Amino acid sequence: MGSIFSPQQIVNGLQLGAIYALIALGYTMVYGIVRLINFAHGDFFMVGAYAAFGSFFMFNFLLPPGNGLAFIVLILAMAAGAAIAVITDYFAYKPLRYKPKLSSLVTAIGVSMLLEYAFSAIPVIGPSPRGFPEVLPKQMFHFAQVDISNYVIVDLAVAGVLMIGLTFLIQRTALGRAMRAVSQDKDAAKLMGINVDRIISLTFLIGGAFAGAAGLLAGLTYPRIQPYMGILPGLKAFIAAVLGGIGSIPGAVLGAFIMGIAETCATAYNSLLGEGIAFVILIVVLLLRPSGIFGEKTADKI
Amino acid sequence: MGTLKKMKLVLAALTFYAVVQVLNLAGILNGYFMVIINRSLIAVIFAVSLNLINGITGQFSLGHMGFAAVGAYVSGTLTTLFFHLNLNHPFDNLGFLAAILLGGLMASLAGFLIGFPSLRLKGDYLAIVTLGFGEIIRTILNNISYVGGPRGLLGIPKFSNFTVIFLFALATIVLIRNLVQSSIGRSMLSIRENELASELVGVDTTRYKVLGFVVGAFFAGIGGGLLAHLLQIAHPTQYGFYASALILIMVYVGGIGSLTGSIIAAFSLTFLTEGLRVGIDWLRDTVGVPIGTEWTMVIYAVLLILIMLFKTEGLMGMREAKILIIKEKEG
Amino acid sequence: MTALLSIQNLTHCFGGLKAVSEFSYEVPEGVIYGLIGPNGSGKTTCFNLITGIYTPTAGKILFNGEEINGLKPFRIVHKGIARTFQNLRIFNNLTVIDNIRVARHFTMKSGIFQTFLRLPSFREEEAKVREEALGLISLMNLSHRATELAKNLPYGELRRLEIARALATKPKLILLDEPAAGMNPKETEDLMKLILRVRDEFKVTIFLIEHHMKFVTGICERVKVIDFGTTIAEGRPEDVVKEPKVLEAYLGRKAVVC
Repeated sequence: MGSIFSPQQIVNGLQLGAIYALIALGYTMVYGIVRLINFAHGDFFMVGAYAAFGSFFMFNFLLPPGNGLAFIVLILAMAAGAAIAVITDYFAYKPLRYKPKLSSLVTAIGVSMLLEYAFSAIPVIGPSPRGFPEVLPKQMFHFAQVDISNYVIVDLAVAGVLMIGLTFLIQRTALGRAMRAVSQDKDAAKLMGINVDRIISLTFLIGGAFAGAAGLLAGLTYPRIQPYMGILPGLKAFIAAVLGGIGSIPGAVLGAFIMGIAETCATAYNSLLGEGIAFVILIVVLLLRPSGIFGEKTADKI
Repeated sequence: MGTLKKMKLVLAALTFYAVVQVLNLAGILNGYFMVIINRSLIAVIFAVSLNLINGITGQFSLGHMGFAAVGAYVSGTLTTLFFHLNLNHPFDNLGFLAAILLGGLMASLAGFLIGFPSLRLKGDYLAIVTLGFGEIIRTILNNISYVGGPRGLLGIPKFSNFTVIFLFALATIVLIRNLVQSSIGRSMLSIRENELASELVGVDTTRYKVLGFVVGAFFAGIGGGLLAHLLQIAHPTQYGFYASALILIMVYVGGIGSLTGSIIAAFSLTFLTEGLRVGIDWLRDTVGVPIGTEWTMVIYAVLLILIMLFKTEGLMGMREAKILIIKEKEG
Repeated sequence: MTALLSIQNLTHCFGGLKAVSEFSYEVPEGVIYGLIGPNGSGKTTCFNLITGIYTPTAGKILFNGEEINGLKPFRIVHKGIARTFQNLRIFNNLTVIDNIRVARHFTMKSGIFQTFLRLPSFREEEAKVREEALGLISLMNLSHRATELAKNLPYGELRRLEIARALATKPKLILLDEPAAGMNPKETEDLMKLILRVRDEFKVTIFLIEHHMKFVTGICERVKVIDFGTTIAEGRPEDVVKEPKVLEAYLGRKAVVC
C-alpha cells in the first residue's frame, strides 16, 4: 500500500468522492432553494440502490450484464430516486413550507426513519444486507503501480456527465435561471411569474435522481446493500456540502472529493480515524469557516 | 394549607409510588410490568432533559443519547470494572449513587464541550453537529476494548430498582421545573422566542445556551447510568442516532416546551412500544403473519410525521399541567 | 458637562456600501433627541451600532465617557442603554409580566443551585422583581394584561410593552426606533405624553428615530437629519424642517415614489 497518501488511495478517494458528490448535490440544491437539510436524502440514495438491484433482476432475462443493461438499470435507479424525492416533498415538506424551519427538519427525520424501517419491514426486502450483482463485468487495469477497475472509470464518468448536464441546465437554460431566481428570493420569483412550487419539485426531482444514480454506483462499487446504507453516506455527503459551502454547486462537488480522499487516506492510517474524520472535518469547518469554501455570508435583517 | 398546596406534586408522585409498590407486592404487577414502568421513568428523565435544550432554550440536539452514553459508561465502568461493587454490600449502594452522579457530571462536561462550539450555529446546523457528536461517541465506544468495544460493557450489577429510578425521575422533574419557572428559565425561554431581543434586554445568551446543554446533559447522563444498571449492560447501539430520535419524538409528540407533555409522551410511547412488540409477536407466532419488530419503528415514524403535519405543537402545546406550575403570590 | 452619549466619526460599511459615514452626535443627559431621515438613510444602522449589534468600521462611541464600541450587545445593556425595535421583537409566548421580568434578570444574583432548590434568598429576589415588573405594567396601563401571553395583545399595547421591557433594564439612555409606527393620531398623542412622563419619572435620556414629523417636532429638543449615512442638517426640529437640503431629501424621494 505504501504511504497514506499513495496514488492508490487518491484513486480510491476520487471514486468515493464521485459518489458523495452525486449525493451532496441533492443536499445543496434543496438547501439552496428551500433552506431545509433534507435528512431523508441519504435514504433516497438507498432507494436508488434497491431500485437498481430490483431492475437488474427484472432485465437480466433480456440482456446479459454489460453496458446496455447497466444503462437501463441506471435510468431506473434515477427514476426511483426522483420519484421518492418528489413524493416526499409533496406529502411531507410542502405543507410545512411556511412553518418554522425546525418543523420540516423534524419531519425529515421522520421520513428518513420511515423509509429505513419500512424497507426493513417489507418481507421481500428485509433488514439483512444483500450482495449486489455485477451489473457490469469487473475488469482490472494496472497503471503506474495503481490498480484501477473499470468501476472507477464508470463512477467518475457517470458523476461527471451528470454534473456537466446539471451545470448546463442551471447556467444556460430558462429553467435554470428560474431555479437560481427562486433560490435568491422566493417571493420576488413568484411575482416574476415563476411557478415556485414547480421549481421546488423539480429541484427535488433532480436531487433524487442524482441520489438514485449514486445508489447504483455505490452498489456496484461496494457490492452490499441494506436499508440503513444511506445514513452514513448521506451524513458525509451533507458534511461535504457544508465544507464546500451549502447552496453552492461547485462547492458540493469539491467538498465531496475532499471528503472522499480524506476518508480513504484516514482509513488507511487508522480505522477509527476513518470512521470519525467526517465529523472532525465538520467541526473544524463550522468553527473556522461556517460558510464553507464557496459559501457567502448572509446578514440577517434587523 | 399553603404548604399542602405546594406539596401537591410530591403528594401525587408519592401516591403513584405507593400504588405501584402495593400492586407489585400484591403480585398484580409482575416483574415484566415493573421493567416497563422503570423504563418509562428513565424515558421521562431523557425527554424532560431534552425538552430543556430543544423546547425551553430553543436549541436543537439530535445527540441526546450521546450524553446518556457518557453517563452509562462512566458509571458502569466505575461500579463494574473499577470497584467491583456488590449488590449485597450496603455501602456499595452509596457507591452506586456516587457513580451515577459522577456519570451525570461527566455528561454535563460533554454538554459543555458540545454546547460551546455550537453556539455560533442555528437550528439545522446545530442538529447536524449534535448528531455528529452522538456518532463520534458511539464510534469511540465501539473502539475501546476496555469497555467491551462492540460487545458492550457486560455484567453491570443491577443496582437500579423502582425506588431509585422513581426518586431520580421525580428529582429531575422538580429541579427542571424549578429552573424553567425562574428568572434563569425565563432568560432561556426568551432566547427561544427572540434571540436578538433577548441579548438586548441584557441576557448573556451564550451563557444560557451553554447552561441549557450542561443541565440537559447532566440529567441525560443520570438517566443513562440508571438504564445501564437496570439492563445490566451498556451497548454502543443503545445510544445511537435512533435512540436519540426516539427521545426527540417523545418531546415533539408531547409538545415542545411542555414538561407535562414530555412526561405523558415518555410513558405512553414506552408502553406503546411494548404493546406493539407484544402485538407483533402474537401476529407472527400465533397467527403466522410474517412481520418483524421493524413495524414498531415504522409506526413511530408515521406518528412523528403526522404530528408534525397536523398538530405541530404536540399534544400539550406549550401548556403545563396545573400541578407542575409553581403558584405565585397574587399581587 | 460631558455628554451622556458621544458618537465620534462613526462609519460603517456593508461590503463596499457605506451605510453610515462620519456620524458624530452628542446627546446630553435628560434630553429627548431625534434622528430623522428618509427610508434607508442609515438610522437603524446607527442604533444597531450603538447597541452593539454591529461593530463599527471606524469611529468611537462613548457612553458616560467610556468607550463601548466592540462590546457585546448584552454588556452594553448592562452599562445602561436599552432600546426598542422598528418591527416589534416581543417574546410572543411569554406572558406580559414575564416579558418584563426577563429584562430584570441580569441584575439578579441567584445562581443555578439557589434556583434548583428555591432557597429563601431566591424567593425573596423573585418576589421583589415581580413587584417591580407589576409596577412597570401598571405605569404602562397594561395591568389588565399582566398574565396574558404577549402574542394576544393588540399592536398599540405591544408597543407599550416593549417600552416597559426596555425600562425594566433600568437604563440611563433609551433608544426608540420608530415608536409611533403604525399608530393612529390619538395613539401617537398618548405615546408622546407617555414618553415625556417616562423621561421625567425614570430620569432617562431618550434618543429616537421617527418618520412622523409632528411627533418629532412635538417632543424632540434637537434633531439630526441624515441621508445616505451622512448628516445633512442638525438643530431644533422646527428650524431643520425648513432647510432646503432636508426638503430635498424627503421630497426628492417622494417625487420618485409618487
